[in-house]
Amino acid sequence: MFKILQKSFSVGSATADYPRLAPHLAEQFRGCPEFDFAAWSDARPAAEACPTGAIALHDSDGVRQVTVDYGLCIFCGECEQASIDGAVRMTQQFELAVTDRRDLILRAEYTLHPDGTHAGLQLAANCPVLEEPGKRIAEAIRNLLGRSLAIRQVDAGSCNGCELEIVALNNPVHDIERFGIHFVASPRHADMLLVTGPVTRNMELALRKTLAATPDPKVVVAVGACGISGGIFGTNYATMGGVDAVIPVDVYIPGCPPRPEALLQGILLALGRVWHRRLDSRPHRLGMRELPPPPDSMP
Amino acid sequence: MTTFFDELHALFPDLIRSVEETVPDQVVVLLNGPDVTAIVRYILAAHQRRIVTVFAEDRVNAEGVFYNYYVFDRPGDPSWVILKAPIPERFPSFPSLAAELPAINWQEREIQDWFGLEAVGHPNPRRVALHDNWPDVQPLRKSFSLDTVLPPFEGERHVYRPTYGEGVFQIPVGPVHAGIIEPGHFNFAVAGEPILYLQLRMFYTHKGTEKLFESLPIHRAVFLAESISGDSAFSHGVAFCQAVERAAEIDVPTRAQFLRTILLELERIANHIADVGAIATDVGFVIANAHAGRVRELVLGLNETLTGSRVLRGMIAIGGVRRDLRPVQVEAIEKTLKVVECEFRDLVAIIQSSDSTRDRLEHTGILRPEKALTLGIVGVAGRASGIDCDIRRDHPYEAYSQLPFKVPVYRAGDVRHRMQVRIDEVGESIQIIRAALALLPDGPHRAPTQPIPRGRCALSAVEGWRGEIVHWVRIGEGNRIERCKVKDPSINNWPAVVEAVEGNIIADFPVINKSFNLSYSGTDR
Repeated sequence: MFKILQKSFSVGSATADYPRLAPHLAEQFRGCPEFDFAAWSDARPAAEACPTGAIALHDSDGVRQVTVDYGLCIFCGECEQASIDGAVRMTQQFELAVTDRRDLILRAEYTLHPDGTHAGLQLAANCPVLEEPGKRIAEAIRNLLGRSLAIRQVDAGSCNGCELEIVALNNPVHDIERFGIHFVASPRHADMLLVTGPVTRNMELALRKTLAATPDPKVVVAVGACGISGGIFGTNYATMGGVDAVIPVDVYIPGCPPRPEALLQGILLALGRVWHRRLDSRPHRLGMRELPPPPDSMP
Repeated sequence: MTTFFDELHALFPDLIRSVEETVPDQVVVLLNGPDVTAIVRYILAAHQRRIVTVFAEDRVNAEGVFYNYYVFDRPGDPSWVILKAPIPERFPSFPSLAAELPAINWQEREIQDWFGLEAVGHPNPRRVALHDNWPDVQPLRKSFSLDTVLPPFEGERHVYRPTYGEGVFQIPVGPVHAGIIEPGHFNFAVAGEPILYLQLRMFYTHKGTEKLFESLPIHRAVFLAESISGDSAFSHGVAFCQAVERAAEIDVPTRAQFLRTILLELERIANHIADVGAIATDVGFVIANAHAGRVRELVLGLNETLTGSRVLRGMIAIGGVRRDLRPVQVEAIEKTLKVVECEFRDLVAIIQSSDSTRDRLEHTGILRPEKALTLGIVGVAGRASGIDCDIRRDHPYEAYSQLPFKVPVYRAGDVRHRMQVRIDEVGESIQIIRAALALLPDGPHRAPTQPIPRGRCALSAVEGWRGEIVHWVRIGEGNRIERCKVKDPSINNWPAVVEAVEGNIIADFPVINKSFNLSYSGTDR
């Protein structure tokens, strides 16, 4: 007993203060790739190198359409290595959670040259309006004060990579319970389903039943490239693809697997919606407006 | 070795068509027909070999037959013996060996489900890899397309053995579990607290991985290999790359071999630390898990410094590793290991100082050595039950032949000793990494690769942190994979869980299950 106490005192607090402070990232950490669409002269090497097809080309009538889907990206860095013109660069950006699947997709159109290269950016559309994490999270935490969130994690067919990082959310370093968020053993106790994928044919029914067993109001968060889109497994005889192929999804968290801070950002982003939905569904019981104004400093 | 095959020829002249060693240390014995019973009996009895895996391949389009492959090894003998038994398309069946060799029970049924080849005489021929409500399909036949859209499933997923008797009842658990773990269904028959028997239903996370390999160019397939089992991403990646490298005769530079070895051991350390903490949690000693989680974060941070990924993804490549380590990164390994070593020692001391924890772990979930041997248990679980088998020592790969280490083996087979094997191995792994750093040579970190000729095959085995991972590949046209067999240690070890829980109280199931910590995704693929 003495040993245990002694150890605890000597260690002190191990918790990292994310999201108030930026996490400590190794210099080598790979976040999502960034694309300089104006300078990109040939997307073929990057598309060929991409293991999941996150970079896709469609050539027709002298026009090349390039699609980049962060919902498929596994942050491997192969596109940066393959790209000869330096238009693809790996960044350390990992706070990518969005509420709209379309916000993860970038599209650009070029004039196609006969030699296979392209130029003359004609259109760059659907550029993701990545949620401003700082702002949204601050708001969410304020809303969160004095209440708690119960999460039921559902593995609908993942490789277990995402689960490793979800488990890490509970360790003293990431300590998700400091936000009043905890993981519960039954969907009946949950406000949120945190679902990893791809959804297999064999888990489809279990996932639907779990959603049905979760009381309203509830939110569903799809985790990881496979949870968003099926990832490297895609859709085949045994998998249905992403979580939203089976049940409606409110927030998407890219990554392979998303690091714990990325998961946290996604969960906190979803929290805003927990609140709004609760207001919608039971306005007479949850008088948000009557609560005292939230303090400026975060917990 | 030669005498062994001379003997085989002399004893079974009618059965053996040819013997060839296409890849060093991998001898393929081509047979005349599907019946391997006599040869297998002889190899197992007279040469004390162990059956490693059984798998099939569809060569109907090319050669008009299916092949069954039976892989054997023997501790201390570097060579693998692979029996290759043709099965004609017109008579799609083979004699089952599962009654004599329970170790291949599931694997034979997998062949039955995925290839439609009947295992004649199998004591339990029910479906295992496809659930009972699947239509009658053979996904791994070449005639079956990966993108086939199957109609909605109807009917029972699985019919469990009923339980009779006064006060005896069944507890169904899963596939969605209470913890943050993977899906599978457990059906317990209990008499009050003690478990009478456990029935398993796996393959909930079946993702068509082996079929998917067949459609991918090799450079993409490496990433699929990383996604077979998330906690063994690097080990599965190395197993796959080694298989391709052996088939393609690519010499991996020495520096890359050392770097791979270091990263393999880091994966082992991170997972073993997590398991030690999780085993303590499952008996209510939560403070240990808090420390374990903290120490594990140190290793994951180091992983990120070395590879850019906390779980070592995107590092392994055909011919070596994708990124070289700079001197400052190498220094980070030494620095972090020093801290991890001290912290882990403290963690173990804390766990061992708790009598109530020890009381829950000792004599819980016993897997007897005789049972472990019959069931063909591998890895950590095997070594805790007297199976002295470690691929790193028995079939050295990468840099292991140059690095001294001990293989901890115990015979008690309880949760306590499965934890002890992990504790010992963390210490050994730290020593292995230190020795590897001392010997780390300069040079290239990746060999250039050429297009690989079609038709080459090779086997590769890696001692992942959980146990022996086996990959077997056949290279196809245009630098693609024609067949990739993946054997995760979990598929060997699930029967051990069934065996170990019998007679234990249901409240001890979580800790027993955690002491094996098997991969559902690795099993189901």
